[in-house]
Amino acid sequence: MIEVKGLTKYYGELAAIHDLDFSIERGEVIGFLGLNGAGKTTALKILGCVLLPTAGDVKVDGIDIARDPHEVRRRIGFLPDTPPLYNDMTVGRYLKFAAELRGVPSSESDKAIAEAEEKTATREVHDQPIFSLSHGYRQRVGVAQALVHRPKLLILDEPTSGLDPVQIVEMRATIRALRGEHTVLLSSHILSEISQTCDRLLVIQRGEIVAQGSEQDLATRLGGGGTIEVEVAAPSARAIEVARTVTGIGECSVLHETGGVAVLSLVGSPDLRPKVVRALVQNGVDVLRIDRGAARLESIFLKLTQDKSNGRLQ
Amino acid sequence: MSAMLLIARRELGGYFRSMTGYVIAGLVLLIDGLLFNAFVLSAGEMYSADVLANFFYISFGTTVIASVFISMRLVAEERQTGTLVLLTSSPVHDWEIVIGKYVSAVAFLGIVTLATIYIPALVMVNGKISVGHLVSGYLGLLLVGSATLAIGVFGSALARTQVLAAIFSGVIVVSVLIAHLLARVTDRPLKEMFMALALYARHFPPFQTGTIHLRDVVYYVAVTYVALFAAVRVMEARRWK
Repeated sequence: MIEVKGLTKYYGELAAIHDLDFSIERGEVIGFLGLNGAGKTTALKILGCVLLPTAGDVKVDGIDIARDPHEVRRRIGFLPDTPPLYNDMTVGRYLKFAAELRGVPSSESDKAIAEAEEKTATREVHDQPIFSLSHGYRQRVGVAQALVHRPKLLILDEPTSGLDPVQIVEMRATIRALRGEHTVLLSSHILSEISQTCDRLLVIQRGEIVAQGSEQDLATRLGGGGTIEVEVAAPSARAIEVARTVTGIGECSVLHETGGVAVLSLVGSPDLRPKVVRALVQNGVDVLRIDRGAARLESIFLKLTQDKSNGRLQ
Repeated sequence: MSAMLLIARRELGGYFRSMTGYVIAGLVLLIDGLLFNAFVLSAGEMYSADVLANFFYISFGTTVIASVFISMRLVAEERQTGTLVLLTSSPVHDWEIVIGKYVSAVAFLGIVTLATIYIPALVMVNGKISVGHLVSGYLGLLLVGSATLAIGVFGSALARTQVLAAIFSGVIVVSVLIAHLLARVTDRPLKEMFMALALYARHFPPFQTGTIHLRDVVYYVAVTYVALFAAVRVMEARRWK
């Protein structure tokens, strides 16, 4: 769906992005992960045909964005970091304007608007003026305008920015529902959002992609297989002693221990969980809970962004 | 409907959905009426044709000033609020965005200008004026409005904020407006050039007195074209930033 080769953008002397290479398959939900100022927005603006690159080739659905930006724009729905909403219009009129601007015939626009409103749960604010909407609704109307012309590719720049926890959950559900029908490329610096919504991650730092792959891939290649979190009803020292006997389990640490219950973090692939449980139970350690390490993605991200040269993966 | 007309329709609706449009329209009509009362009706007896010529003279000023304020929001406001991305990420050419916005501004100014027709109507009731004079004057106002609005669109495309847009356009409009003063203190060929560039001195008085010269029409159309062309180029250049 997207092929990017050597994409570079300079603002004066400053390289906002440098020599980006990546490709995205049709129907994938891809997360662009990076700290503020890493170059995410610049890259997304170029893919959204809003900004021209200094160098590099970008093809969307086989079409070169430099040669035929119009055709590319027809295939793209773009939500910038600030939703481009006209406060003086009602949601319905605004979506009709956006649909017709992207070439949806007037006779079909009502149907397209109804579909977009259904996907983004904005039907109930159809007749409401945009200035009166809450932040959550504004963000969802922003997504609705991006998909009202049924684009193949959706580019969403920080779609959960500024939302409260309930709105974040709703937005994640909205994005997940788009999977398959649309290829989605979204950016964020909120790690949990990327982890729960995307099939694959592109980690960008200082304008360069320092890693790409699924969360599992990155954990395996970088973090020695990730971590496992286990809660046991036994002294932590005894549990650690047993856990270390499992092949593949490395460093073990105590996250907290109170009233005979300890929570441990074990460095190792989450695939080792059955073996860990068997070993603990066979040695008389009761297992109350076992899970993937919650802090795993954060640690991957920190490793990648703290030391780019050490973290570079392909 | 073409993208250009869609943009023009939305912009025109924007003037009437916001207070700005009503405030500008109200002020233009108020100032036109007050100035007409103060400088024309109080000037003693005169021919109806002269009364009408003076009305067009006053309207020239209000049209030029209103144009700067009408056009300042067109691109700069969208850039300020982030809505410009909706247009630039859609399959729409930059010239369609610029022309769409310009057309909406001309339509709005046309409506406001047409609303001043009550003043010539009063003159017509109380005196004798020709329809040709009326048409000539209003055509002149429309052409002046078109040129200054186009300069305003250019200023708005350049600026990051509406205030800066008004300053940019104001400086350009005033420079063109006083070009004839430079003509007084320079020699040929600069003298001729400045005189030909002047927004009022050479090109508007004929319209004011009921005469339409092709050269004056061409001048205002040329200013409009050059300003809009520059605005499109600015929009295209902005895609690199």
